[in-house]
Amino acid sequence: MLLIPCPWCGPRDEAEFRYGGQAHVAYPLDPGALTDEEWAHYLFFRDNPKGAFDERWNHAAGCRRWFNLTRDTVTNEIEGSR
Amino acid sequence: MTGQDRLWDSPEPESSYDVVIVGGGGHGIATAYYLAKNHGITNVAVLEKGWLAGGNMARNTTIIRSNYLWDESAGIYEHALKLWEGLEEDLGYDVQFSQRGVLNLAHGLQDVRDGVRRVNANRLNGVDAEWLDPAQVKEVCPIVDIRQDARYPVLGATYQPRAGIAKHDYVAWGYARAASAMGVHFIEHCEVTGIEVVDGRALAVHTTRGRIAAGRVAMSAAGHSSVVAGMAGLRLPVQSHPLQALVSELLEPVHPTVVMSNAVHVYVSQAHKGELVMGAGIDTYNSYRQRGAFHIIERQMAAALELFPVFARAHVLRTWGGVVDVTPDASPIVGLTPVEGLYVNCGWGTGGFKATPGVGWCYAHTIANDEPHPLNAPFTLERFTTGALVDEHGAAAVAH
Amino acid sequence: MTRRRAGHEGEVLRFTFDGRPYEGYRGDTLAAALLANGVRKVGSSVTLGRPRGIFGAWTEEPNAVVQIEKPFPEPMVQATTIPLYEALAATGLAGRGRLSPEPDPARYDATHAHCDVLVVGAGPAGLMAALTAARTGARVILADDRFQPGGSLPDTAETVDGRPGAEWARDTAAHLTTFPDVRVLFRTSVVGYYDHNYLVAVERRGEDAVTRERVWRIRARRVVLATGAHERPIAFSGNDLPGVMLASAARAYVNRYGVLPGRRAVVFTTGDSAYDAARDLAEAGVEIAEIADAREGRLVTGVVGGPDDQGVRAVHVGGREVEADLLLVSGGWNPVVHLFSQSGGELRYDEALTTFVPALTTPPGQAGRAVPAGRFSQAVEVVGSARGVFTPAGCLADGEAAGSGSPLPSYPLRVVGAEHLWLVPSGDYSGHFVDLQRDVTVADLQRATGAGLRSAEHVKRYTTAGTAHDQGKTSGTLTSAVIAGMLGVGVAELGTTTFRAPYVPVSFATLAGRDRGALHDPVRVTAIHDWHVSHGALFENVGQWKRAWYYPRPGEDMTAAVLRECRAVRQATGAMDASTLGKIDVQGPDSAELLDRLYTNMMSTLKVGAIRYGVMCRPDGMVFDDGTVIRLAPDRFLVTTTTGNAAAVLDWMEEWLQTEWPGLRVRCTSVTEQWATVALAGPGSRDVLAGLAPDLAVDTESFPFMTWRDTEVAGIEARVCRISFSGELAYEINVSWWYGPALWEAIQATGAVTPYGTETMHVLRAEKGYPIVGQDTDGTVTPADLGMDWVVSKKKADFIGRRSFARPDAVRPDRRHLVGLVPEDPGTLLPEGTQLVAFDRLPEPPVPMLGHVTSSYRSAALGRTFALALVSGGRDRIGERLYAPVGDRLIPVTVTHHVLYDPEGARRDG
Repeated sequence: MLLIPCPWCGPRDEAEFRYGGQAHVAYPLDPGALTDEEWAHYLFFRDNPKGAFDERWNHAAGCRRWFNLTRDTVTNEIEGSR
Repeated sequence: MTGQDRLWDSPEPESSYDVVIVGGGGHGIATAYYLAKNHGITNVAVLEKGWLAGGNMARNTTIIRSNYLWDESAGIYEHALKLWEGLEEDLGYDVQFSQRGVLNLAHGLQDVRDGVRRVNANRLNGVDAEWLDPAQVKEVCPIVDIRQDARYPVLGATYQPRAGIAKHDYVAWGYARAASAMGVHFIEHCEVTGIEVVDGRALAVHTTRGRIAAGRVAMSAAGHSSVVAGMAGLRLPVQSHPLQALVSELLEPVHPTVVMSNAVHVYVSQAHKGELVMGAGIDTYNSYRQRGAFHIIERQMAAALELFPVFARAHVLRTWGGVVDVTPDASPIVGLTPVEGLYVNCGWGTGGFKATPGVGWCYAHTIANDEPHPLNAPFTLERFTTGALVDEHGAAAVAH
Repeated sequence: MTRRRAGHEGEVLRFTFDGRPYEGYRGDTLAAALLANGVRKVGSSVTLGRPRGIFGAWTEEPNAVVQIEKPFPEPMVQATTIPLYEALAATGLAGRGRLSPEPDPARYDATHAHCDVLVVGAGPAGLMAALTAARTGARVILADDRFQPGGSLPDTAETVDGRPGAEWARDTAAHLTTFPDVRVLFRTSVVGYYDHNYLVAVERRGEDAVTRERVWRIRARRVVLATGAHERPIAFSGNDLPGVMLASAARAYVNRYGVLPGRRAVVFTTGDSAYDAARDLAEAGVEIAEIADAREGRLVTGVVGGPDDQGVRAVHVGGREVEADLLLVSGGWNPVVHLFSQSGGELRYDEALTTFVPALTTPPGQAGRAVPAGRFSQAVEVVGSARGVFTPAGCLADGEAAGSGSPLPSYPLRVVGAEHLWLVPSGDYSGHFVDLQRDVTVADLQRATGAGLRSAEHVKRYTTAGTAHDQGKTSGTLTSAVIAGMLGVGVAELGTTTFRAPYVPVSFATLAGRDRGALHDPVRVTAIHDWHVSHGALFENVGQWKRAWYYPRPGEDMTAAVLRECRAVRQATGAMDASTLGKIDVQGPDSAELLDRLYTNMMSTLKVGAIRYGVMCRPDGMVFDDGTVIRLAPDRFLVTTTTGNAAAVLDWMEEWLQTEWPGLRVRCTSVTEQWATVALAGPGSRDVLAGLAPDLAVDTESFPFMTWRDTEVAGIEARVCRISFSGELAYEINVSWWYGPALWEAIQATGAVTPYGTETMHVLRAEKGYPIVGQDTDGTVTPADLGMDWVVSKKKADFIGRRSFARPDAVRPDRRHLVGLVPEDPGTLLPEGTQLVAFDRLPEPPVPMLGHVTSSYRSAALGRTFALALVSGGRDRIGERLYAPVGDRLIPVTVTHHVLYDPEGARRDG
């Protein structure tokens, strides 16, 4: 049970949150201009690092806000959320 | 436990091999075996960063079945099951393969539709499958609670009689023993730190025990696939998650088959010695840690008691976790890569153990011939571009 | 109770073991009471069937694992941890327990706790740490798995501050409870140490308590592990027989329980602590025949058992046979590092202590903070014997330092000779046990290393050593050391196997807690639910909702009831409780823009007062949800979703709004449970509505299809939508949730309306070819596959999913299309899930499949059965004959357009 620092509510148990995977994956400005391969990368390819990972969480059972944090996928150390 | 003979030797790595397999799990070991046996390629090294078959092979709940929905999945899993049925003879090693059947329970009307659909598809694909009503479920597994006033009552189940379990360690050791006897080198505590790619071709791997030149490099690193592929500049559509499991103490026989429930989210069998072996869903977040969160275990126990009230005072003796690599369509990726001489086998998620003989067979074919075996041909990386996914998630929740 | 220490008395309790009656004292464990009665054999071993007795005195026990029979059957419990109670009945086991078929009547629960300092272990170090921390004003939780404080102090009878240790511990614990922010939990095992200082403990409150066991989920700012140490055995021939016992355990039986575990003892030791045990036993009246100190080369080479399975009769010491009924063993001490290891801490092998200890930045030989070495995310300290400090004074000083957050003191370490004895040499190791419960001998380890296995994990798996009830508490380090010796490597190099939760076994029911039965998942019911129940409805689960499925009348089966309900809607009027449909209030100036981006069709052109059907796709182009959108105002919409997807659609909107389009000024709120909704459908619905809503102009011109009006229905403020999911003239009447029953009753009071359930709704919509997301789609279906090109905007530059429609796989002509199917025999009902093939005789598998039946019903309106199916290239097959394999039959079916009833839509205006 991770202790996740919600930037709005403070640290709360992981069970209150929904995971959102890699952060900073923007919806393409013009999907129609992308090749099939580029579109596939937007749809399906995400970083999967062993170590620091910028990721998204949603405080689903709290303020319902989305935020980003950096977590180490080996030690679960979390750097401040934003 | 059969035999007091040698299992495998631990040679020093040589400077060059025809094929280097990165990852000494069940898939890597089986691939080496079939490279040697089916293709005569014995100058093979299997590199394992820890102890042989110590990753997911040592951590899974050993369920074997082939009753998948789509033709592509049924093809490779059924090939695996047929190999399982002859494996002990083939390897000359007891792997405690027990065809005790698998029940996949349905708890809602859509579960029933999905189950019937899968049973019908299985039968047409030559996979043994039956649809059971609740009373028949009770006959196969008397301890399942089929009371219809349960929160999520059992409305029926798919049943694959040929499915079952095996002893995971013995499977790995049986393959390793047979492959070792044919000359394959198993090199433990040897972590790959780089893949040498020159002009688009993989030439060697760099390891904690030095550079090893390779005619071909075959990745088979399960939860660490992204890390290994990244060494060759490849990006894979997989995410690594913890998957937990647990065992109870030894108990007198009480559970004769394997029961899985997606809706109530638990799967359980009773191993030969008598311990209950159970698994649950994955932890939601990416992790390379071989442990998960405790609330997952608590929910799993609640789910287990919904189905099996008789388990109330059984005890959890040990919990553990593995790291599974999950793809967007819950189907694996097995085949060539954009790098010449580099092959990928990953994305088996929670289902890799049962596929071990089948994927070993097909992956060896892919490596030996530099082209996919027909059974793994659908499981390309390109499918994510074309959209031709093999989506085994099953139906979404029923609506309206 | 012939084996009691003189003067030891207590409240007598009666119990049975293996069916025989015995007496013990309150405060005994079952093991203590059995020893007091001279019971030596308590079971037999799992593989070899050897007699086994009591080896330890607490959770380290590998042998004496019993079945409790009364008051309620519980398998595989350590006799050394069972508190004796009146009428306890237990039986010995042969390594396997039995589950009871009778329902467990006990209640279990869970609670959360937060603290500044969690101290695990109430021995001298833990008590002192808790007390010192409490004095700083910290919120402290002290948890210990025993029934009394003191840890090993009551076992050893050592003194603290010149007073009996047990008495000091009692007073200290009592003093602790006077602090307002201190919680002391006895009988509470901390079983797991998880990320971010989250620990899980199990409190065993007893069979008589309201809650038999309770899970504590504790989040601690700081954790002090004062978990003590376990003595370990030595591998020699016959070391598993009843009468062979850890020296520390024998000491505990004498001092804590006043029980004499034997009459004449041999002591076999590699260290000093066994001398203290020998002294205490001698004082209690046990004759010490001999002390075989391995450091002096005096070894126990064998044990002579009696013929009656009652264990040790004599002991071979250096070739001599010494008569004894008790053999005390002391092979050194293992700090209890389980929780520390679970926390992520690394272990190191300490050559001086000959054991694995926490790898701390400050080992016990130096002063400084004893915090884990390396990169680490927990806040944990280890004190006392858990870090290798074995004197009571040292433990107290450790505890005091940890409690106040000061550096831990240093201690001079006595360096043990490099030649520590793990294994008594022999020509035959088949009787040298390392894991008693799993029957693993040194010979088994030899077989494993002989097979080429070179890691502790492999050998463990090959032999099963360390996998039993005690999870290797006594066997782990010994096994590692013996293997290391065989392989010619150091113990440090070989390492140990991983420590995993739980520290002690925990029952499934404890972890399941209250989340069972009806509480396993919340049940959601509509405002009108009670009416459905009282009118005989059967229900289906849809997500967490209970939905009325159909309303059988006396003598009706499901088929008859549904056909009747269908006829009522097609020929007269029916009413359905549609309150479970998800409803989301979307407000803000950019609401239309948001919906344009999320729906495949255009929502911004919708006029206030009008309604439009819409489909949402995922970015991969597959249908995600559908429903109607109502425009309430230029900047306000009410979106309806499918029942099962309501939460997911709201989450979906929020995710896009917050993470991709924060510039859009939109707010979304779930109003599903603010509105009760009744669907009124059928040619008579207009008249029924007109009667209930006199202010409403109900003619088609005034109230056209796909519009909504606010009015009063049955005197209740209502919003009426003219939409139809059946193809009939129909209305959805929405009222405040509280008025749901009143509305429903009013409709029923007209006497003209038949209640219908979800099954009838499904049949009616299927006759019209309307798909149900999740039934006729499975996450691989696009709007085009459903024949819904009309719902995909050609004008919008983009919407979620659009780009994916151009992927190669999405434009294949042989994609599966939604079509209708009619069996050639109009009475044959195809099971849903039936596959479809092109063959009138099945070839050998694999048989190519063309698709499958997604929905299948008997239609009152069509006078026959029909189905919907997803069929490869289906729209190009209309009129083709296909075959449906059902059991051994191949049922011929004809592919039709998916709209089978009223394709012109003539009935929607009544």
